[in-house]
Amino acid sequence: MCDSCGCAAGTDHFRVAGSVVRPAESGEVKVLRAMLHENDYQARHNRAHFDAAHVLAVNLMSSPGAGKTSLLEATIRALKARLSVAVIEGDLETENDARRIRAAGAPAVQITTGNACHLDANMVHAALHTLDLRSIDVLFIENVGNLVCPAAFDLGQHRNVVLLSVTEGDDKPEKYPVMFRAADMMAITKLDLLAAVGDFDPALAKRHLRELANGAPVLEISARSGTGMEAWIDWLIHEAASRRRPGSAHHGAAHG
Amino acid sequence: MHELAICQALLRQIMEVAENRASERVGRIKLRIGPLAGVEPGLLRSAFPLVAAATPCEHAIIEIEDIPIRVRCQICGSTSQARSNRMLCTECGTWRVTLISGDEMLLAAVEFQDAQTFNQRERTHV
Repeated sequence: MCDSCGCAAGTDHFRVAGSVVRPAESGEVKVLRAMLHENDYQARHNRAHFDAAHVLAVNLMSSPGAGKTSLLEATIRALKARLSVAVIEGDLETENDARRIRAAGAPAVQITTGNACHLDANMVHAALHTLDLRSIDVLFIENVGNLVCPAAFDLGQHRNVVLLSVTEGDDKPEKYPVMFRAADMMAITKLDLLAAVGDFDPALAKRHLRELANGAPVLEISARSGTGMEAWIDWLIHEAASRRRPGSAHHGAAHG
Repeated sequence: MHELAICQALLRQIMEVAENRASERVGRIKLRIGPLAGVEPGLLRSAFPLVAAATPCEHAIIEIEDIPIRVRCQICGSTSQARSNRMLCTECGTWRVTLISGDEMLLAAVEFQDAQTFNQRERTHV
């Protein structure tokens, strides 16, 4: 998306200055700036922090109960000795998820949002300063479980991973297009329950994702049985390695 | 309901524009919102007065320009109008398309009114 005006067409179609144009006669002031300009600015600042420390920042989004924390627990155990992981946890209430992450062996910062249905770039900024970014390879930001609101707020992540558990139904990308369009990777989770659920078709879920003009990779994973974990770990290692190469600070975020 | 958070951000931005215009009120706020922005125009309209109470935007009219979703095909090059959950090329059917418009969430313009004129308008409305 175009950084100057927030539109979809990229930065080359026309230029809008950051300052406001004030015509002398009419009482109308043209602004043409993203309504979430302030959040986008903070998100770019967060991304600069991550890039300076060569940290891969991954924003995990899904509905509540899709298995984000379970996937992270399994990921921390699988990555141990290969990459160092830290987690920023977003929930309305409780420190439960952060405790689970620490028990799995990674540092975790819990953000409790109260009634806010999403994380924003300011909350992530406050949390990232409590972490030693230089000792981290991959920082997961576990967003508030919600398939609507988190999609509108750039946090400064490099990649969006959207989870879809088989118990939710394979038409979720069709029902929540804004969220799934933002995915750089779709993880179909709780694959061990596929037979019990009976009517979830991973191929159909993938087709719905493609119908959002999204060519992101799709992985089928069970954090419990370990199915698909290897491909997920390979993807993370590849993405983390690309952050450590010089000149790799390109933006992969939904609203970057 | 993240529309409230978006309204707060919008208000801060308008107040920035309104700086040094103490004698004026905000009469009209012009927004451009595409279906892929992830914000519901109806909710935005009902949330804005809550955050704008006791500010120069208090009685501002919110004008939202709907932006259609348009995509350009990466295969055949044609341009089509699309739906948010069916973003395919209408010519050749592929999903390999690039979004041209439809994810905007812009503050396009702010219209100011002299406070006196504004109050008159308010009175005639009552």
